[in-house]
Amino acid sequence: MPQVLELDQVSKDYPAHRAVNGVSLNVGRGEFFSLLGPSGCGKTTTLRMVAGFEDPTTGQIRLNGAGIEHLKPYQRNVSTVFQNYALFPHLTVQQNVEFGLRRRAENHIGQRVRQVLELVQLTGKESRYPAQLSGGERQRVALARSLVLEPDVLLLDEPLSALDPNLRKQVRAELKNIQRQTGITFLFVTHDQEEALSLSDRLGVMNGGELQQVGTPQDLYLRPRTHFVASFLGLVNWIDGVGVRPEATRVTKQPAQAGARSLPARVVQSIFLGNCVHVEARMDAGQTVVAEVSRLGESFSEGEAVDVWWQPGDELTFE
Amino acid sequence: MKRLRAWFLAPTWAVMLCLFVAPLCIILAYSLLTRGTWGGISRPWSIESYQRLADPIYLGILWRSFWIAGAATILCLLLGFPLALFISRSGKRKNLYLSLVILPFWTSFLVRTYAWMFLLRDTGLINTVLQKLGLIHDPLPLLYNDGAVILGLVYGYLPFMVLPLYAALERLDRNLLEAAADLGAKPWVALTRVVIPLSAPGIRAGTILVFIPCLGAYLTPDLLGGGKTVMIGNLIQNQFTTARDWPFGSAVSLTLMAIVLVLLLAFVRREEGGLV
Repeated sequence: MPQVLELDQVSKDYPAHRAVNGVSLNVGRGEFFSLLGPSGCGKTTTLRMVAGFEDPTTGQIRLNGAGIEHLKPYQRNVSTVFQNYALFPHLTVQQNVEFGLRRRAENHIGQRVRQVLELVQLTGKESRYPAQLSGGERQRVALARSLVLEPDVLLLDEPLSALDPNLRKQVRAELKNIQRQTGITFLFVTHDQEEALSLSDRLGVMNGGELQQVGTPQDLYLRPRTHFVASFLGLVNWIDGVGVRPEATRVTKQPAQAGARSLPARVVQSIFLGNCVHVEARMDAGQTVVAEVSRLGESFSEGEAVDVWWQPGDELTFE
Repeated sequence: MKRLRAWFLAPTWAVMLCLFVAPLCIILAYSLLTRGTWGGISRPWSIESYQRLADPIYLGILWRSFWIAGAATILCLLLGFPLALFISRSGKRKNLYLSLVILPFWTSFLVRTYAWMFLLRDTGLINTVLQKLGLIHDPLPLLYNDGAVILGLVYGYLPFMVLPLYAALERLDRNLLEAAADLGAKPWVALTRVVIPLSAPGIRAGTILVFIPCLGAYLTPDLLGGGKTVMIGNLIQNQFTTARDWPFGSAVSLTLMAIVLVLLLAFVRREEGGLV
């Protein structure tokens, strides 16, 4: 896959602190790449440096092989979908989507706007103002406004966080769909690990301004390189320095399978979650673990003596 | 509850009735009477004062007032917009700069207008300095002309333009400017396509707050314009003092009010939200 965006040892210093510290990453053409991390980890600053709203203190950013650090935002062929959408309130949907095309004095503006509005399913809303749209519709206008420019990279800054949770899952599916259909490279910033895992071709996990690990969702979930990556992507039971995911942790009343590692424990509580059950058990050493078990299997009651066990292959190990 | 509301509103109603509605009715009555022999008013009722307004002399004064007030308003807008934009972007210093904008109000407008006379007159500071530097031989005619009046009005009413503009620009979402740049708009385009349209309520409010008092100004044209630059405010003042023609003065006042009202309605009608 040819590289469309390359970050080479990019850092950003603010007077009081270093927001981004030596981040290097490559994004391939047509890839859906996510930057995942807690708030303040530097992911948004990284995105803003690619957009041109912030200048990197050191390092290089290349778009199609050419350095763009010195270009103004309006000179870069990237486009941003803002967290609050930043739609122009005085312009209609049509005028918002046209805005970028008019700045470039492009041809067939009407036709291209029609096509992109069809893609995001906003046909018929051309003459509405942003204030007359629902949250989901505004989000799609913001997306259309950037997509219509066919940018080399589309930058998305937590675009789903302002939507209510039910809508979020639906929009997530649409977003992935649109990315596949258009083939445009997406650089997606989020703090929601489920979002990042389900949408991305590859993702990078950031913490404290540093990029901790880059890989496919499976790579990062199953083979995290640091404690932070392991914990951020999902629950981990830490047992004697070894990490085991709840779904790989077994709780049984019978002794463990041969070859498994096993510890005696007592059930603290059993939490019914609908599609599965979380059994919380305390080992004799005092540690508590959570095991995700099928609701169709055994049921457990408080105080019951059980074996907690897991296969050595499911252990998360770190260098 | 209703009673309490009535009690709280009573003082305002009293003030409005005694000091606004009643005088307005008196002025209306005066404007429809005839000038008394020794000033004041007398019968019969007539609309002659209003008919006299059609005289080219008075129409000329009206026209002159409009263009001077209009020029002052446009200059206030041109000077005030960059200033308001600058203040709205100044972070922690915003409050300091806003205080500086308001600072002149601590001194009487009359005193400040006199100060301009000292600066602008033939033997004033500006002419003296320019002559000492040898840049000019004869003093420049800086005072007692339209330019001096416009200068005085711009100086006096600039804060009324800056403050509503600042309020509008302060509310502007910074992300919108980034979005404009992101979509390929150079700074000038972002200014004309995004910033100015979105600060329209502030522009409208500032324009009204500057234009209306400028239209009725009499102190500034009187002091800085000398006898030459007569605006409608001076005409009204003259009718009540020197000319002792109260009915005509009243008629001019009411006509000015009516014109302002019509303009205001036309101006505000365009925005459903109202004045600001």
